[in-house]
Formats: sequence, C-alpha cells, structure tokens
Amino acid sequence: MKVWKRFWQQNKEKKIIVIGIVLCVISMFASFCLGAVNLGFGGMWEALTHFGEQSLAGNILWKYRVPRTFACMVSGAALAVSGCVIQGVLANKLASPSTIGVNAGAGLAFTICCAFDVINGWAIAVSTFAGSLLIVMIVSITAQKMNASRTTVILAGVAINSFLNAATEAITSVYKDAAVMSADFRVGGFQSVSTVRLIPAAVLIVAALIVVMTLHNELDLMTLGEEMAQGLGLSVKKMRTIFLVLAALLAGASVSFAGLLGFVGLIVPHMMRFFVGGENRYLIPMCALGGAIFVTLCDIPARMMFGQFEVPVGVIISFIGGPFFIWMLLKKRGGRY
Amino acid sequence: MIQIKNVCAGYDGEDVLHNVTMEFQPGKVTILVGPNGCGKSTLLKSIVRLNPHSSGQIIINGEDIESYTSATLAQQVAFLPQSRNVPDIPALRMVLHGRFPYLKYPRRYREEDFAKAREALKWVGMEAHEETNVNHLSGGNQQKIYIAMALAQDTPIVLMDEPTTYLDISYQMRLMRQARALADQGKAVVMVLHDLVMALKTADYVGVISDGHLVTYGTPEEIYEKKVLDDVFGVRVCRVETEHGWQYYHEQ
Repeated sequence: MKVWKRFWQQNKEKKIIVIGIVLCVISMFASFCLGAVNLGFGGMWEALTHFGEQSLAGNILWKYRVPRTFACMVSGAALAVSGCVIQGVLANKLASPSTIGVNAGAGLAFTICCAFDVINGWAIAVSTFAGSLLIVMIVSITAQKMNASRTTVILAGVAINSFLNAATEAITSVYKDAAVMSADFRVGGFQSVSTVRLIPAAVLIVAALIVVMTLHNELDLMTLGEEMAQGLGLSVKKMRTIFLVLAALLAGASVSFAGLLGFVGLIVPHMMRFFVGGENRYLIPMCALGGAIFVTLCDIPARMMFGQFEVPVGVIISFIGGPFFIWMLLKKRGGRY
Repeated sequence: MIQIKNVCAGYDGEDVLHNVTMEFQPGKVTILVGPNGCGKSTLLKSIVRLNPHSSGQIIINGEDIESYTSATLAQQVAFLPQSRNVPDIPALRMVLHGRFPYLKYPRRYREEDFAKAREALKWVGMEAHEETNVNHLSGGNQQKIYIAMALAQDTPIVLMDEPTTYLDISYQMRLMRQARALADQGKAVVMVLHDLVMALKTADYVGVISDGHLVTYGTPEEIYEKKVLDDVFGVRVCRVETEHGWQYYHEQ
C-alpha cells in the first residue's frame, strides 16, 4: 500500500495528465459509437474498413460523428482553457467567458454576421474573436482602472451580459433570417456543426492552445498579483494583453461553431484544480483535456435522451453547470473568491 | 547602490512623495519609517517602476532605472510587496519563480535555478515544506516562502514592504537577523517597518518620512538624538544602555 502511495505521489500530476489523455480517447470513441443510431464494434469496423465507400455506418461515422466529436473536443478545450486564463489574469476564480460577457460578445458578433448574411467560416471566426476581444478588454481595463473587487467584476459581467443579450435580441427581432440562423447558436450545440465553420476555428484554437501552454510560468506569475509579477521582471501590461487576446481568441473561435456554451469555462478549471492544483504547467493541459472530455460526454446524452429528437448540449451543460456553480458558492461559505 | 535624487511620485497625477533624495548602500540595512500613507511604499514601488516617478532620478549601479528592461531591473532589485495573492502551487515552484528574470522565452527552469530555490528555502528554514502547497501553510510560513522567493532572485538589492506582517515576534526577530545576514553578504537591504523599536535596533540607517517628505536620514543614534520620531509619531522614544548596546522603547 505504501509503495503504491509513494508511486502515486511521485509526479502525480503527470500521471493524472496521462489518465486524462486515456479518458479523452475513450470519450472520443464513445462519441463515435453512440447516438440516435448506435454503431457497435461491427458498425465501427465496417466504417473504418470501408473508408470512402458508400455504407450507412461509414456515412454516419465520417459525415456526422467525426466532425461532431472533434467540434465537441475543440470547443470544450478552448472554453476551459479560456476560463483558466481569464481566472488567472483577473485573479478571480468566478470569472469565465460566460460570466464576464465574453461569450455574449462573440454571440452578438455572430448574430450581426447572420443579419448581414456573412456565412464564410473564417469571417465568422474572426468576427466572434473580435466580439470576445472587445468585451474582455473592456472588462479588464475597467477592472484595472477602477481597482475593482472580484465581486464588482462579476457584477459588471452580469450587466454586460444583459446589455449584449438585449442587443442580440434587438437584431434578431429586426432581421428574421438572423433569428432563424442563430436560434440553435444561442443555446449552444453541435446538431448543425459544419466543417466549413469548424476548420478555421479549430486552426485558431489549436494555435492559441499551443501558445498558452508555453506561457504557463507567465500565467503563474500573473496569479501572484500585479506587483509581485512586475517585481519578478514580467511586463505585466503587455502580458495581460497577450493573455486576454488568447482567451478571447479561444472563446470567440469556439462560439463561432458551437454557440453559447455557458459554464464550461467556469466549472472545468475548478474541477481540474481539484486534481492537479493551481500550477499552470499542469492546469492548462488538464483544462484542455477536461474541457474536451466534459463537452464530449455531455453531447452523448444530448443526442440519445429523446431518441430521434436532440436536446442542445448547452441545455445539458447548464443542467450540470448551474447546480455545480451553486455548490461551489455554498462550499466557499465564509470564504471568498 | 541606489541613489534617489529629488524624486516626486504619486498616483493619478497627484504626488504623495516630494523631492526625496537619499541613498541605499550595499552591505547596509536601511529602514524607512513614517505614519500610514506618508509615501514609504510609494518610494519602494517607484524604485521597481511599479509606480513611475513624476520627476527626479533613480539610479541603480550608476544607471537610470529607465534604461533597464523589466528583466534586467528584476536581476538588480528583488521586491517583496505588502499585498500579495496566495497561489495554489507548491512552495518549491513558488520560490523557483524567483529565477524568472534570468530566463528567456519559453522559460524552462534549469538545474542551477532549482539549486538556488532549494538553497533559499533552506535559508528560511522551509526546506521540509518544498512540496507543500503554499495556501496550505500558515500566514507566517507563507511569508517565509515569499522571502525565499526574493532570495532566490539573487539580486544585489532587496526591498521589503512591511515584511514582518503575519509573523510572530520570534520570527520577526529572526527576519531582522536574516536581513542583517543579507547585508553582510554585500546586499543593500531596504525595509519599510512600522515597529520603531525594531527599526532602531536593526537598521544601519533609518529614513523618516512624513507627509511625503524625507524628514531626516541617518544612523539610529543620530535619529534618536534629533528627537524627530517624537514629533512625527507623537510618542516619546526612549533608550537605555544595556550590555548589548542601546535598547529603545517608546511611551505615550
């Protein structure tokens, strides 16, 4: 027992990351197999061995399940890492792309694209990134200038969310086509995910994830506070801007094809901190893995719960995320975020 | 050596520090004292460019601080601020971040950085806690980790803003001995303290700041004899001679 405990404690975080990779692969294969039509081993074998040929299993796997699974994984990883970065930069564990209005900013940008009939994948990815970036910059600069408390930042996020959602509603009221095009998008889901929108966003997300992972020491320093970080030779203003651009890029690109998935950026970093602590060299990759696993596993019941009818994955995530958020607040009773 | 020449500094365009001129010498412990809000911390923050000075000059080793990059300035000056976040990371990793100014992107800590960090942890007596998460430590032990991080930075100048906060009296005295040991290694040690008795007992030089002005600067004996502390703080500072030298105390 002692030998096992000692083995586990040595490089524990690295072992957890390996477990995370294994779980990620398992959830990916589960997502390939499960849905309105289940593909058993036979179906999977047929789809894999008859690649490019016409078969029902092959059609389901290559046309629907593979893009959808990668969309789940990429958006989950992006939102979770974006949340982790925003929480680190603002030194506020209640901050996330959904709570401070970053997702809503991307949502508004998407709705504007729909209203003006801009449906090119790159144009949507860039617009949602711009929407996210604008909001994250407003929140960050305001928080910094006003020396705002953690609570003030979250309250400001509530106000920004309301404002942006109202703007989105106003546009969809005037442009009926935009309302139709963005209906699924506002709840968040992968029913209508297309490679046209997925590929440009995925390229941006993978590039941003790689850059964030190389900046783990810088993010550690940011979490020590501005004075401490600057005293250690970090150009805090420059680095804060870089991190917020990366966070906006991750959230905006994810929103461009997955819609407004709330809570992923909030709860996944909290869950992963429980496993690997707050050291960003482990936390960032674990958030990427955890986010990918979480969204993929939430998407499976979303497609299976009501037979032929799909529930948007955003609904499932909110059903899990809402109670988790409340539990988190209750757990911290007497403490503060 | 740090030379401060006619420095004015403050916040949002309003100076709280006016025309301060003084020097912090290597191998000496300098302690800044003064009432709350008088500008002591502002002065330290100006030295590390956290709070840029509006006029005057701050010179480190013959060069204006404006000519340093963030990293080269951090190789000269270690700064322990008053308010700090407590991170959720192991103590060794935290101390290792003291080596950050010496690395270039994509910053990977080297064997020599680990050796310096472990040496600093040993110096503050926390080597047994290197794997312990910093936010699981007591306030006093967290303070030791922050001091170890400043030591791992291995700079010729160490600035500490109220480093005795959260520490019990025994460790406060130990910290003062450590400050002396750092000065004996040739470092210029500058601290902001509220404890006048400890300041007079420990410092080689004391700077008294009031209302943003440097009222006086000198050895503890000179400061005592000028009686400025009585005027600035509204208390009577007294001393008695013992076999260990002058012992100071104050009364209303």
